[in-house]
Amino acid sequence: MKILVCISHVPDTTSKINFVNDNTEFDTNGVQFIINPYDEFGLTKAIQLKEANGGTVTAINVGDATTEPTLRKALAIGADDAIRVNANPTDAYFVAEQLAAVAKDGGYDLIICGQESIDYNGGQVGGMLAALLDLPFASPCVGLDIDGSTATVLREIDGGKEKSTMSLPIVLGGKKGLVEEKDLRIPNMRGIMTARTKPLATVEAVSADARTTAVKFEKPAAKAAVKLVDSAEELVQLLHNEAKAI
Amino acid sequence: MAVIVFAESWEGKFKKITNEAVSYAHGLAEAEGTNVIAVAVGALESDPAELGKYGASEVVTVEGDAFASFNASVWATAIAEVAEAKGAKHIVLSGTNNGKMIGPMLSVKAGASYISNAIDIPSNFAPFTVRRNAFSNKGLVDYQTNAEKVVVSIVPNALGVKETGGSASVSSHSSSAAADSRVNVIDVDRVKGKIPLPEADLVVSAGRGMKAPENWTMIEELADVLGAGTACSKPVSDIGWRPHSEHVGQTGIQINPSLYIAVGISGAIQHLAGVSGSKTIVVINNDPEAPFFKAADYGIVGDAFEVVPKLTEALKSFKANQ
Ligand SMILES: Cc1cc2nc3c(=O)[nH]c(=O)nc-3n(C[C@H](O)[C@H](O)[C@H](O)COP(=O)(O)OP(=O)(O)OC[C@H]3O[C@@H](n4cnc5c(N)ncnc54)[C@H](O)[C@@H]3O)c2cc1C
Repeated sequence: MKILVCISHVPDTTSKINFVNDNTEFDTNGVQFIINPYDEFGLTKAIQLKEANGGTVTAINVGDATTEPTLRKALAIGADDAIRVNANPTDAYFVAEQLAAVAKDGGYDLIICGQESIDYNGGQVGGMLAALLDLPFASPCVGLDIDGSTATVLREIDGGKEKSTMSLPIVLGGKKGLVEEKDLRIPNMRGIMTARTKPLATVEAVSADARTTAVKFEKPAAKAAVKLVDSAEELVQLLHNEAKAI
Repeated sequence: MAVIVFAESWEGKFKKITNEAVSYAHGLAEAEGTNVIAVAVGALESDPAELGKYGASEVVTVEGDAFASFNASVWATAIAEVAEAKGAKHIVLSGTNNGKMIGPMLSVKAGASYISNAIDIPSNFAPFTVRRNAFSNKGLVDYQTNAEKVVVSIVPNALGVKETGGSASVSSHSSSAAADSRVNVIDVDRVKGKIPLPEADLVVSAGRGMKAPENWTMIEELADVLGAGTACSKPVSDIGWRPHSEHVGQTGIQINPSLYIAVGISGAIQHLAGVSGSKTIVVINNDPEAPFFKAADYGIVGDAFEVVPKLTEALKSFKANQ
C-alpha cells in the first residue's frame, strides 16, 4: 500500500498573527512553524496503516527550502520518504496542481490531506486534488478502515456522521478521529536520527496559475471590554434590548 | 448571466442556511443586474418554489439515481452543468460539511476561482474581491480572484437571511453525471430531535468547570429554554462526558451562532478559534481572570451551579412575558 500524506507548514497554534508591508503580507518573523495539526492526524493514521498492512508513507509539501524542517519532522514521526515541490505555495489551486502532478504517476492507493490548514483555513486543496485526479473524496474524515482495495470511511456531516465504502485509490481530508490524540507520535531520538538519512527529494514545480490572490490582511477589530453584570435578570435584558440576541 | 446558488437540502428539506445562501446570491445578482437560479440536487420534500421568497427567480431541480445519496463529485458535475448552461459567472454555496466538499471540486470542474468562508458581500466585482476569515479567526483576508468565473462559499450564519418576497419558477435538469460506482454511502446517522450544532443560531456550551457529566442537565435545561444547541470544550469530550460531535474549537467544529453562552470554559486560544465568530458571547466563570472574559461581550463572574439555574429561570419568565 502506497500512501501520500500532504503536509502543510503552518504557524504554531498559539502564534501571534501580524501583517507587514502595508498589510499585504503575513509576518513570519518570530513565528514557529509546525506540521498542520489536521495533517498530523493523517500522517499518524498512514503510519499505523503501513505498520498493519505493509507499504510506504511519503510526506509531501509544496514550499521553499524553509519548510524542510517540517518535512524532516514528518520523517522523524515515521514517514519513509519526503518530497518537496520547490515553489512558493501561492494559492490552493496552485498547490493542488503541484500535488496532482506528483501523484498522477505515483501509484498511490491513498492520499491524505488535512480538512483545512490552520493558516488560511481554506479547506480547498483536498477537494481540488481529488477533482484533478478524478478520485473519490471524503472530508472531514473521522474514521478509516482499509480492507484490501476497499476503504470504509466515516465523515462528519452537519449534525451527524456518514459512513461510506470507497474503492481505492481515494483522497481524504482528515481531522482528529482518524486517530486519537493520544496516538499521535512525538519523534524520539532514534526517529530524529534516522530522519536525517531518509530521502527528501526536491522536485521542480509544474506550470500552474494561482486563481486567487490575497490582497489585504487585517486583524479583527479589538473587542470592546466585556460588560460584567451581577444578575441573571440584567443579563437577559441586555441580551434582548442591547445585543438583540434573544 | 445569472448567479447560481446550490440549494442544499437535508432529508429533502431546505434549511435556514440554504435561505441564507440564496439571500447572498440575490445580493450579488442585484449588484450585477442579473437574476438568481437555485440548483437543488437530490430528492426534495420542500416545495422548490419557496426559494423565491429569498430572491431566486428560478429553481432547477436535479434528481435521479445518480443523486440518491451524497457524492460531492457527482453533485458538483450537475451544478457545473447548470452553471454552464445558464452562462453563470458566480456560483454560491454555504460552507456546510457537504458544501465544503462540493466547493473545491466544483471550482475545478467549472474552471473557476474559489473563495471559501466569505463573511461579507464582495467589495468589488471586477476582479471579484471578498473578505474571509483566516488564521483561525485571528485574521481577515481580502481575496481577489484571477479567473473569470468564481465559486464562493459563505460561512453559515454569518450573513443572515433576507426575505425579498419574490416568486420562483421551477424546472428540472437532466444531468449527464452518472452514479459513481466507486463510492457507496452505507449509513447516515443524524442526531435526531436536537439542533445540529453548525445550524444552531443559539448555542449553550460548557467546559471542565461543570465537574461531572450529570451536571449537564443544568446546561440542557438552559439550552431548552432558549431553543439552543449544546456544545462543549475539548477536554470534556476527551474524558467522555459529552459526545465528540459537540466539541467546538480548532480541533472540533467551528461555529458562528448569533449567541454563544460559555459556562465553565477557560477560553483557551484553541477553543476561541472555533467560536470567536459568534456575534454575541456570554461567559459565566468563577475566575475573573479567565481569558474568555477578554473575548466576551457580557460576563457573569460567579459559580456556574448558582448562576445557570438563575439564568434559566430569568429566561423562562422573560419568555412567558413575551
Ligand atoms: C493542538 C491543540 C488543539 C486544541 N483544540 C481545542 C479545541 O478544539 N477545543 C477546545 O475547547 N480546546 C482545545 N484545546 C485545549 C485547550 O487548550 C484547553 O485546554 C481547553 O479548551 C480547556 O477546556 P476547559 O476550558 O473546559 O477546561 P479548563 O481549562 O479546566 O477550564 C475550566 C474553566 O472552568 C472554570 N470553572 C471551574 N469551576 C467553575 C464553576 N463552578 N463555575 C464557573 N466556572 C468554573 C474555571 O475557572 C476555568 O476557567 C486544544 C489544545 C491543543 C494543544
